[in-house]
Order: sequence, then structure tokens, then C-alpha cells
Amino acid sequence: MSLLSVRDLTVKFAMRDETVTALNRISFSLERGERLGVVGESGAGKSITGFALMNLLSRPGYIAGGQIRFGDQDIVALPEPQMRAIRGNRMAMIFQDPMVTLNPVLTIGQQMVETLQAHRKLSASEARHIAVLKLREVYIPSPEERLDQYPHELSGGMRQRIVIAIALLLDPELIIADEPTTALDVTIQADIMELLLELCQSNNVGLILITHDLGVVSQMTERTLVMYAGRIIETGRTREIINDPQHPYTQGLINALPQQTPPGERLKQIPGNMPALTSQPPGCAFSPRCAFVMDQCRKVRAEMIYYGQTGVACHEVARQNAEPARELSE
Amino acid sequence: MKDLSHESHPLLDVVDLEKRFELDRGFLETIKFRGGRVVREKREVHAVNNVSLSVAQGEALCVVGESGCGKSTVAQLVAGLIAPSGGQIHYGGQRIDNLSRHAMMPLRKKMQMIFQNPYASLNPRMTIKQALEEPVKYHNPSLSRSEVHDKVAEVMRSVGIDPSWSARYPHEFSGGQRQRIAIARALTVDPEFIIADEPISALDVSIQAQVLNLMLEAKEDRGLTYLFITHDLSVVEHFGTRVAVLYLGTVCELADTRTLFDAPKHPYTKALLSAVPQLKDDSPNHIRLKGEIPTPINLPQGCPFESRCAFANGRCAQERPAPIMQPDGSQVACHAVEEGRLDA
Amino acid sequence: MSSLDAPQTTPSRWSRLWESNIGYSFRRNPVAVVSLLVFLVIAIAAILSPLIAPFDPYDPAQIDIMNSEYPPIWVSGSDPQFIFGTDDQGRDLWSTILYGTRLSLMIGLCAVLLQAFLGISIGLIAGYIGGRLDSLLMRLADIQLSFSTLMVAIIFLAVTQAMFGSETFNRYAVYFLIAVIGVAEWPQYARTVRATVLAEKKKEYVHSARVLGFGPMRIMVRHILPNSLSPIFVISTVQVANAIISEASLSFLGLGMPPSQPSLGSLISSGFDYIFSGSWWITAIPGIVLVVLVLVINLLGDWMRDVLNPKLYKG
Repeated sequence: MSLLSVRDLTVKFAMRDETVTALNRISFSLERGERLGVVGESGAGKSITGFALMNLLSRPGYIAGGQIRFGDQDIVALPEPQMRAIRGNRMAMIFQDPMVTLNPVLTIGQQMVETLQAHRKLSASEARHIAVLKLREVYIPSPEERLDQYPHELSGGMRQRIVIAIALLLDPELIIADEPTTALDVTIQADIMELLLELCQSNNVGLILITHDLGVVSQMTERTLVMYAGRIIETGRTREIINDPQHPYTQGLINALPQQTPPGERLKQIPGNMPALTSQPPGCAFSPRCAFVMDQCRKVRAEMIYYGQTGVACHEVARQNAEPARELSE
Repeated sequence: MKDLSHESHPLLDVVDLEKRFELDRGFLETIKFRGGRVVREKREVHAVNNVSLSVAQGEALCVVGESGCGKSTVAQLVAGLIAPSGGQIHYGGQRIDNLSRHAMMPLRKKMQMIFQNPYASLNPRMTIKQALEEPVKYHNPSLSRSEVHDKVAEVMRSVGIDPSWSARYPHEFSGGQRQRIAIARALTVDPEFIIADEPISALDVSIQAQVLNLMLEAKEDRGLTYLFITHDLSVVEHFGTRVAVLYLGTVCELADTRTLFDAPKHPYTKALLSAVPQLKDDSPNHIRLKGEIPTPINLPQGCPFESRCAFANGRCAQERPAPIMQPDGSQVACHAVEEGRLDA
Repeated sequence: MSSLDAPQTTPSRWSRLWESNIGYSFRRNPVAVVSLLVFLVIAIAAILSPLIAPFDPYDPAQIDIMNSEYPPIWVSGSDPQFIFGTDDQGRDLWSTILYGTRLSLMIGLCAVLLQAFLGISIGLIAGYIGGRLDSLLMRLADIQLSFSTLMVAIIFLAVTQAMFGSETFNRYAVYFLIAVIGVAEWPQYARTVRATVLAEKKKEYVHSARVLGFGPMRIMVRHILPNSLSPIFVISTVQVANAIISEASLSFLGLGMPPSQPSLGSLISSGFDYIFSGSWWITAIPGIVLVVLVLVINLLGDWMRDVLNPKLYKG
């Protein structure tokens, strides 16, 4: 059985005059110990996916439909007290800015002990002992001293290591990392990514890595979801998506990277902007920017069709693969 | 220490530039209690130390480095937003770091700046029309209203913004469009030199390509020269003609882009290049650096990179390396490179 | 071009305001709507007092001492031509309150304009130029704030009254009041404006203006000031309420408007002598008007602070 299985998850935001659909019937699953990348531009709905999975959406956002099965429970229907027992315990989240996760007025040790004691019946000294072990696991030098320091006394990379240590405290089965290294420098980012990869592999922890950086996804994950305007438009093995992207948007995204063009030449840009959630075109949301757009694209939204391991929601790809294709969704 | 690699007369010449920020301002803050006695002590952040660069006409010099390395400070110093603590800045043969605002006025038209955050670099209370017309009117008071209007419309078209949107406010535009407008605003005064401080790092990937293309276009069409500040090495490789790698406010390596990417020499440059996540190669084997970037308060006496360098020895801790010209034209400030210790 | 645009933008600015977050939050907030309505009713009645009021309290020909101390019409022994009764001099209380409110509002608004002018200029200069000048101006503000407004005003007005004699003083009392309330409270503005200027100064649009070579005056007035307006609006409402109260307090203490040109404060004060002889209305009715006026202004200020506080809708 999958660790996590999401079906037709829909998230809406009740705005002033209208209700905006931020996530539109997204479906995917994650096996135990699997690493999944969620890629997209800002506003594509990738962070909202992370929050929805943790059941952390707050007004005006709400889950309007669909299922999130984590183990044998449906998170969407779960009352808050039971959800709290899962959150932080079996499911942990790492955010972009470590200062958001760490409370600036508590020491590292207080925060770690508090987290442990909230979920396990442990004495303070037992909890402290576990905290030291976890800090050692994320290669923090002299962990005993760090426990008595405040977040502001540590560097950015060190803070993010501590956030990872806190996420690992209760041996979760799933870690959701929302742009965990965007705020860090390249050399530190490489260290943190390596650490996260190592920890997930050695503890058999599932990872959902939300990022805009295709390079990071390529190095960290086995499977990838590409999101555009609140929908999944392409899904499959990371290697295949990077080497042979099918959806015109994924192609555009990869081709737009500077390393894909000889120096000094014009980059292969995607024209235009992602449409705002409030003004989605009928049909395919990418159609106004797409080079392969057909009449059909402007009228009817393409359903996700699977070609082997790769699923693509695009009329043009469907046309090219005109041989009988297996339709999975619905 | 002057850069001699380019025969042509440099447009911008920065010599031994230094910037220190005082941490303890005012008399009371400088008084400290140390070892049983009261002492007066001023702490300073050494943001930029002895940086020498030159940019020739038509070049795009990229300054790369990690946060806190002083790259934005270099941009602000060159733009005249802050005054240097030492050293000189020459533009077109004229020393500019000590000019008054009025003496700078003719140069302001030639030198413009593009900022990182398109959400903050446009005045939120001004329409696009007002924002773009203001510099034109200010620098060309003799232009008639219709001439100003035509000029603005022309610049807007050249950056891909429909002139009919000019009555809108910045918040009605997306990040990429705002950055186009910010670039348009800089171009309204027909500059020849653009200082771009991380102009695309706040934008989405597909929009980054658009803005980078726009800057390349402007470079070709208007013959612009760039000083491009960034942390993104893939952008450097694409955009820059030469690169300066900055670490703790000092230049470690300065080379032509191709030379730097093909044969990086400084240990820090090597580590930086290896840390960039590669798209097609899924075996991360980057060079791990010890520890983290030290604070630029009370700089070490020797090489700033010494504390994290795997090749450091006693000399590195004692003596600050000077940039030395290599056979392939790059300048590297490293004792280990000088002594040939790296290859051993 | 701009002359062509003008007729289009003027109506759209109102509809834009109505459609904006501010307009929306206003429509959804009954307290703000009621407060604004009450304020507008009071303000319009006060402005139109010469048209609305049945009597002119400044015209001695219309005052008859024989009419003094009639109670309001719902109390027995009243005279139907005086809705709220009359004061000790026989003036119609309703007319006097209308004229008094006009005077109080006028003094309040003018004093706040003076405060705002002084405070915004000083705050802009201190924040933008910084350094020693900033320290000097802010220490001055601290010193000014360490004296209470009323204390400064009482000393100043008492000295002026003694210097010029009460007849001259009474003639120019309005100006003295505006000046003293205006000068005493400038640090409120200066501090708020300085704080926002310090925040705005670091933003890139200010750097961009400097790189374009614009002078400090232009950057301060055209770029920074328009972006510092929100906090200025918020404190302005509170300051108007405060200024009206200060004026009333000073008049009550006999240092403000003379009884011949009654403001709300001097009206309350003049009725105070008769409160124990049963003529409670001379004090109570203007008192209620004063309380309602200050209350609605403060409620509007509260609402505005909630709406304009960027932390509340950006977070």
C-alpha cells in the first residue's frame, strides 16, 4: 500500500467576490521511502499542495474535495486533534525560511524537547538525549552546546540543519520540504541537499520536495510532478522528465535555462506569464503561451493520459501518440 | 593592481575599492567592558576590501559570490549610492567617487541601475506613465510634452510593455512585467552603462529567460555595457564576458567567462562551480567546504578563505594573497595557486 | 493628453476607492459606516449652522436675558421656540451648540493641519537626512513630548492672556488656540513620519530615484511622502479628536474661547456654574455632542488603523 495517496484533491480560496480554485483535482501517490519532486513557478499551487497535505490550510483557503490517504487514514476528514497527532509525528514539514519554523525566543533545546514531549511520554533528560542524537545525525558540531543557543546565534545553514533535525525528531514517515534551500547559498544548499538525501535514504523516509529549481529536483528525486496554474500537467520519472520532457510547458521550462543555450545567444523563453488563478482561460491553462496550440486546446482542457510511466495532460502529445493509449484518470 | 588584461580604455575602472560599515554608532555604543576595564572599541564590517575591477566598453562583467560577500555593496558603491571608505572609482577617465550630486548629474544619464526586487523598485503610488516620464523630464527639461510622450512610448515598446497600459499602477503588473518596466525606466535616459544588482533572482524561471533576453537585446541594440551582480553561475556563464568571484569582500579570481568555467583555479571558485545542481548529472559530488562563511567583522589577517580552504597552510593564515596574473589571462589571489600546491 | 485623461480618471478614482480593499472593508464594517454617517451629520450641520440655526448667538439683538435658563422642550416649563432650552445669557442652546461645534471642529482641524505641516516636514528631514540633524530634531521632539500638551498650553495661554489683556486675547483666542495646540503636538507626526521614512528610504525605488540623479527635495516630497500617507491618515484622525478635546479643556479652564464666542468647551464651562441650580442641560447637551463627536472620530481612526496596517493584510 502506498504511504500517501492523493485523489482529486481540490483546494479553493474564498475571496471577496468569488471563489478561486487554487488546486484543481490533483492526484498522485508516494511509496514508502520514495522521493517526489513538485516543480512549478510561483502561483502554480505547489506550496498550497504542501499545506493541504499537512491539513494546515487556513481561511480563506479550504479543501473543497478529494481524498488524501496517509497510511490507512483519510486526512481530509480527520478531526483536528487526531490530525495533530500525525502532524509533526508521522509527517513533518520543512519551510524555506528556518526562522519561520524556529521560535526566536526559545533555545534550540527547549524547542526540540517541547516537540518530543508533545508526542511522546519522555522525561526532559531523555528528550534532551534524543535531541543530541538527532543533532549529531545532521552533522552539527558540539550538539550539547547548540541546545542552549538561540536561533539567531546560528548561521543560516546551521539553522536549516536544526530544522531538519527537528523534523526528524519523531522519526516521521514523510517529510514535506517546501523550498528548503532557496534562502541559502549554493555551497550550503549543496550540503543541505546531500544531507536530506542521505537521511531520507538511510531512514526510509518519504520526501516531497517542493521547489522551482529543476537542478535540485534532478539530483534529489526519483519522480516529479510538474504543476501549472493549480493542476498537474506532467508526471513521471525525474530522469525521463528532465531528459525527454513531453508537455510543452515542461519543455519550455527546461529549455529556458541558461545552460541549455550557448553563451551570448538568446534564451529560448516562454512568452507571456502564467495566468492568475482568477482569470483562467477556458481549455488548457497553458494554451495562451504554447507554441503547439490547437483550436481544441483553447476549448477543452486536456485530461492526464499515461504513456508508460509518464503522464501528460496535453492534446498535442495525445495527438502525436495517436496509437491506442491507456486512459487512467477518471 | 590595475587590471591590464584589456588594451582598450576601460569605461569603468575601480581601484582598491574599500567599504567599511561601522557597527557601533555614536559614542555610547563604542564603550565596552572588556576584562575588567572599560575600553572604547569600534567594530566595523569590512564589506569590500581592496577590490580592483575594470569594465571595457561593450563588456558584461559579472560579479558572483554568496550572500554577504559584498557584491551588492560593490554595485551600490559604483552607482554612487554609498560613499567608499577608500579607493577610487573612475568612469570614462573621470574620477567619480568624490563628485557632488550636481557634478554627477551628467553622469547619471550615462550610468543606470536595475534592482533585484521589482516589487520594491517602482514607486507604488506612481502610475507607469509618471514613473517613466519623470526621469525624461528631469534630465531633458527642454523636451515638449509630446516628445516626452513619444520617448516613453518608444522605450516601453522596446521592453515589450504595451504603451496603452501606462495609466496603470505597478501592483497591477506581474513580477516579470515590473522588472521590464524598471528596465524601461533605466533606459529612458539613454544610458551607456548599466549596473544590474541581481536583476532576475526574484523572478520565476520562465520569466528569468525573458528578462535576460531583454537585457541581451538592449546590450546589442543600444551598445550597453553591464556590471552584472548575481549569485547564479548559470546566468554568469550565459551572460558574462568576464567574471569576478568575490569572497568576503575580496576578489579571489577574475577571468574571462570561458576560462573561468573551463579551468577554475581558486579553490573557492572550484567549490562554487561544483556546488551548482546540474540538470543532467544525478551524482552529486561537490567539493565540501569546511564550516561556513565567517562574519566580515574583524577580518582574518591572511587569506579570507583560509578558514574553509583544504589547501591552506601557515602562509595563508599570515599573509593576504595578491591577485597574480596567470598564463591564460586570469587573475587569481591564492598562495596555493602561486606555489603550485593545488596540483600536487 | 492629460487634459483628455482627466474626466475619465476622476470618476474612476472614486469607484476604484470603493472597489479597493479599503472600500470593501468599510462597507463590511457597520461601526465605521455609522461613525462616518454621524460625523458627516455633525460636520455638515456645523458648517451649515448659519442656515440651520433658528437664532444667531453672535447677534446681541436676538438675545434676550429674560429668556435665560429655559429647559429643553421635553421638560416642563419650557418655551417651544427653544428645542434644547437656553443658556444663562438667554441664547438658544441648539443654535449655540451648532455654532460652537463649528468653532470646535475648525480649531481642531486647523490645529491638526499645523501639527501635520510642522511634524511631516521635520519628520521627513530628520528621517531622510539622518545623522546629527536627525538626533537633534528627535531630542527636541522628546523634550516637547515630556511636557504634557495641556501644561504647555495653559502656561502659554495664561502668559498671553496676562500680556495682551483679556480683551485682545479674546479677539484673537481662535488663533492662539490653533497655534498652541498645533505647536504642542508636532512630535506625534514627526516621530511617525520619521519611522516610515526610515523604512521607505531603504526600499529600492528610493535608490532608483537617487541613481536617476533626483534631488533630496524631489525624493522626499514626490517619492517618500506619498508612500508614508497611511500612518499619517491614522494619526490625523486621533489627533483631530485630541485637538478638539484639548480645545474644550482649555476653554473649560477659561483659557480658550470667551463666552461671547462659545465653542463646545466654553459652553460646557459656562453651564457648569448652573449645574447645581438645576439647569443641567447647559452643560449636559453640549457635553453629549462633544463626547459623540470625539467618539466617532476615534472609531473611524480605529477602523482606519486596522485597514491601513500592512501587517494585517499582508501577513
